[in-house]
Amino acid sequence: MAPHSAQARAPLGFLSGYGDRADPVVGLTWGVLIVSLVVTVIIAVLLSIAIWHRPGIEAPAPGTALEVQRPQGNLRWVWTGVAASSVVLLFSVAWTMEVLAKVTSPAMPPALTIEVTGYQWWWQIRYLNSDPSQNFTTANEIHIPTGVPVMFHLVGADVIHSFWVPALFGKTDVIPGQTNETWLEAHAPGVYRGQCTEYCGLEHAHMAFLVIAQTPADFQQWRAHQLQSPAEPASAQLIAGQSAFGVHCGSCHAVRGTGAAGVLGPDLSHLMTRTTLAAGVLPNDPADLMRWLADPQGLKPGSMMPKPELSSPELADLRAYMDTLN
Amino acid sequence: MADHPGVQLRLPVGALDTRASGWWAMIFVIFTEGALFAYLLFSYFYIAVQPHLPDTFPPGGAPSLSLALPNTLILLLSSAAVAWAQFNIEHNRPLRLASGLGAGALLGSIFVVIQYFEWAQKPFTLSSSGYGSLYFTVTGFHMAHVIVGVIMLWALCAWSLMGYFNRVRYVHIHIGALYWHFVDAVWLVVFFTFYLTPLMGLKS
Amino acid sequence: MAVSNYERLVTAVGARPALAEKLRRIWETPSGIAGWISTVDHKQIGIRYIITAFAFLIIGGVEALIFRLQLAGPNLHLLTPEQYDQLFTMHGMTMIFLYAGPVLSGFSNYLWPLLLGARDMALPRLNALSYWIYLCAGIFLYIAFAFGFGPNDGWFNYVPVAARAYDGGPNIDFYSLGMILLGLSTTVGAINFVVTFLRLRAPGMSINRVPILVWGTLTASAANIFAIPAVSLAFFLLWMDRNAGTHFFDVATGGQPLLWQHLFWMFGHPWVYAIVLPAMGMVSDGLPVFCRRPLVGYTPVALATVATMVLGFGVWVHHMFATGLPSVSLSFFSAASIIIAVPSAVGVFAWIATIWAGKPVFTTAFMFFASFIVLFTIGGVSGYMTGALPVDWQLTDTYFVVAHIHYVLIGINVFPVVGATYFWFPKFTGRMMDERLGRWNFWTMFIGFNLGFFPMHISGLLGMPRRVYTFADGMGWDWLNLITTVGSFVFAVGVLLFVINILVSQRRGRAAGNNPWDAPTLEWATTSPPPPYNFVVIPTVASRHPLWEDRLDESDGLVRSDLKDGLALDRGRESIGTTALDAQLDVILKMPKDSFVPIILALTLTTIFTGLVLHLWWLAIVGAVATGADIIAWLWPDPALGETAEPAGG
Repeated sequence: MAPHSAQARAPLGFLSGYGDRADPVVGLTWGVLIVSLVVTVIIAVLLSIAIWHRPGIEAPAPGTALEVQRPQGNLRWVWTGVAASSVVLLFSVAWTMEVLAKVTSPAMPPALTIEVTGYQWWWQIRYLNSDPSQNFTTANEIHIPTGVPVMFHLVGADVIHSFWVPALFGKTDVIPGQTNETWLEAHAPGVYRGQCTEYCGLEHAHMAFLVIAQTPADFQQWRAHQLQSPAEPASAQLIAGQSAFGVHCGSCHAVRGTGAAGVLGPDLSHLMTRTTLAAGVLPNDPADLMRWLADPQGLKPGSMMPKPELSSPELADLRAYMDTLN
Repeated sequence: MADHPGVQLRLPVGALDTRASGWWAMIFVIFTEGALFAYLLFSYFYIAVQPHLPDTFPPGGAPSLSLALPNTLILLLSSAAVAWAQFNIEHNRPLRLASGLGAGALLGSIFVVIQYFEWAQKPFTLSSSGYGSLYFTVTGFHMAHVIVGVIMLWALCAWSLMGYFNRVRYVHIHIGALYWHFVDAVWLVVFFTFYLTPLMGLKS
Repeated sequence: MAVSNYERLVTAVGARPALAEKLRRIWETPSGIAGWISTVDHKQIGIRYIITAFAFLIIGGVEALIFRLQLAGPNLHLLTPEQYDQLFTMHGMTMIFLYAGPVLSGFSNYLWPLLLGARDMALPRLNALSYWIYLCAGIFLYIAFAFGFGPNDGWFNYVPVAARAYDGGPNIDFYSLGMILLGLSTTVGAINFVVTFLRLRAPGMSINRVPILVWGTLTASAANIFAIPAVSLAFFLLWMDRNAGTHFFDVATGGQPLLWQHLFWMFGHPWVYAIVLPAMGMVSDGLPVFCRRPLVGYTPVALATVATMVLGFGVWVHHMFATGLPSVSLSFFSAASIIIAVPSAVGVFAWIATIWAGKPVFTTAFMFFASFIVLFTIGGVSGYMTGALPVDWQLTDTYFVVAHIHYVLIGINVFPVVGATYFWFPKFTGRMMDERLGRWNFWTMFIGFNLGFFPMHISGLLGMPRRVYTFADGMGWDWLNLITTVGSFVFAVGVLLFVINILVSQRRGRAAGNNPWDAPTLEWATTSPPPPYNFVVIPTVASRHPLWEDRLDESDGLVRSDLKDGLALDRGRESIGTTALDAQLDVILKMPKDSFVPIILALTLTTIFTGLVLHLWWLAIVGAVATGADIIAWLWPDPALGETAEPAGG
């Protein structure tokens, strides 16, 4: 799915909004930005006039006695400036509170609750349902239906992270020991980039994620597919590949419906449906997947993934097997 | 540039009661140390109001007053002794000054010993729980201030016996007494926080 | 009329050369290494503070230049993430704690007694102590970095990432204990300023006549007295969690990560005002000299200084807007964070009015002071933007905040400090700084700074996060980061020119004379540099601008300031104590002589912290015992200071 056209240039920008919760804030953002620019220009102009409206004195010799005067009646300009500033500031407070009230709660109950857990340096995404058999887990890529609010429960697993999808709303920290909540809504289908925005250690810079908004119909299709287990391996190579996966990857990674049930790293059940690898570090294509497997520490130094020690045949089998995780 | 022999002023000289820079310095030391205890107690209350399993904050319910209450009275008594000492030097009785300071130091030392025994009897340690960490850290900070104060009182007692102070010059006593009363006042707030608020309902 | 042993009859005398020579012998620090170490002369201590702070400014700047090379473009590999993390942490720590506060302490230390008409600060040995602890703490913090385990979790050092489980080496232990040690320096320094303000002002210098720099430093010092214990405690609790198994921040056992943030920011927000208010005071005092008129709105500016600081204690949660606290409480802090701009507006309009209704004198100092007004405004409005809570939820932790903090720190601290250097260098050294080089200095710093930091507003609005060691291409940030890196190097050239100007001018600057700027305040009535005793006779003050009185109709009619006749106070080191509000004569204060006790105490305290950080408990105990002994020696009743039951005054 192509990114929204405005997002292509600045995927993490927020001077435009793409959802119900973002829109009022975009207005306020532009408002305070324009006020700031105008104030700066006014002060710069006043300062310039102040300096140059009458001839000054060029650097005199040290010790030269210069005239000193005290024209009266200038304090009123200070009060004028302060009064004007205060009016603008009070208006800003009022507008801020108005926007805050608008964005606190969604207009209708959320259609969906997603539990996001922040780990060093990836995102576990769990879709929750009142029927637990309908829960499923994925990583680093969130799909949501358009046009409805989606609730997020933010769980901290290790250190403080922050969950931020600029196109859709501001950030909320992910703090161990408490579950913060936020909600997002997207007007239209698109790919909205997210980023961790609280320093969380070595690879904070490489902890991105994607929010992919789809029409409700497409979203249901995606969800149904995620609930399924990947196809059983049919050929000898694929069986060998699954076995290699279990040995080399299964202690950290899980694949639905197989023996690989590791929880230390992202769930890889449907890895091939995802757009990026390693929390936004690489695009998800065969060449980049091989690059990742060959040298995870080179691409994301300090990340928790060691280099899997695989012989060439094993690597070929594993690669073939992973191609089926779609 | 002529002198003006006609305009003579009589001015006090040296470190005299509230005219002494050192006295003002101690006032602000008290402000900053008081702020420190305020932040310590803020930390206690911040953690106390979070959810805890029943009977874990404090562990085993409200802490016993059997040693803490008499100890509080001992500390109050030591403040009274120091105040009595200061009253006496204001009336030029250096020997009573010394004995008041000595009594204050002795009572302060008894406070330390009793509190140490109280600590030893607690069913929790510094590292056994969040409450334990808070209890020993806050009372430990206070204990450290008491120990510093006791050493100070012994020094003041010794200096009194050496004859350094009289009815006019006793700024060290003035400053030391300020500090000691401050330490006492802090204990009252710490005592209230740890020993009384659980009885008032602030516990899990 | 009999005079008791504890009083003296004094009379005003004229400022004669024989008296000056007598005072010089009483107050002069002997030359040689022993004198250099033991001096309590506020002027020497002030210079040391300034030089040390400038050294840290350069070190912190080099750290930034290195990681700006790493961030000049996307996906560069000049630095590993570990190296970057230490560099950006050390940069923040160095600038905020080892440069910004101490440089203002240094200027204030040097200037306050001169501005107030006193012979020294109220507590000269405490003054020396605050410097030596600062130096020891700076070395303590940098030794870790030099050995490759410098603090690496940001200057703000949040838990749990700074806890033992996620940062197992000694890095954070050095940071925690070093900061506590540094906090002792700042606290004793703050106490010294407040006591000096209350007790050491010249007769007649009522509180509405003190220079605005004094108001600024006083306000910052009073705030520090209440704020520093919060951060010292935070670091102590963290050190305990990391080393003694306590559970303050440890989530698994009911600890609270947000407790760190509250304690840190309850200090941190007042601190950022403490590191700008004195600098704003420098502008409020220096700018009018170059406008040939008094400051417009002295009283509003003084009150606005205090109001900013008081309000500054009520906004700390704005650093925690994204933490999930209830919106109701956040909205209070949001409103306060916007309203706090009101007293700042007082200053901005007062400075502009002073220039407008004055006659500008175009010196380098004036250029720094005038340009500061615009930089202040830009830093102020970006702060205003982040005060709007829903907007902050977008802006926080992006480069927009990095832009904001540098506009306020460089704009409101560094630019005034550089201007203040051009202004007061002649007083400190007797020589003028070079004005031509000064112009080059100004323009490279001004252009470089704006080139480097203005683009960060834009990269922030385009979503670039903070504290990242690299960034992906295709995010729209590439050109902005390149421009920022180039600008930062241009700015560095400006700083280099500043340093060169100082070094060259010190040797070859034009002779300055007592009052090269024809300025109004008391420091300009002394020689350049001032004699060790500052004033031959204690001045009597009748207005805010003693040296302009004959040209301004300021004091109450016939009463004039008097610098020619006053109390000699020449029986040993003495200064006059006056009442707190109206500065009426109160007591003759005996001042201590040079002493080794302060540096020894700094070393014994450092020994305690060294023992703790290395887990050498015996060393810590040795340090504690030595500390106790030194303090007892310091406080031993001293007849020369009028502390004991003996005849007073000699």
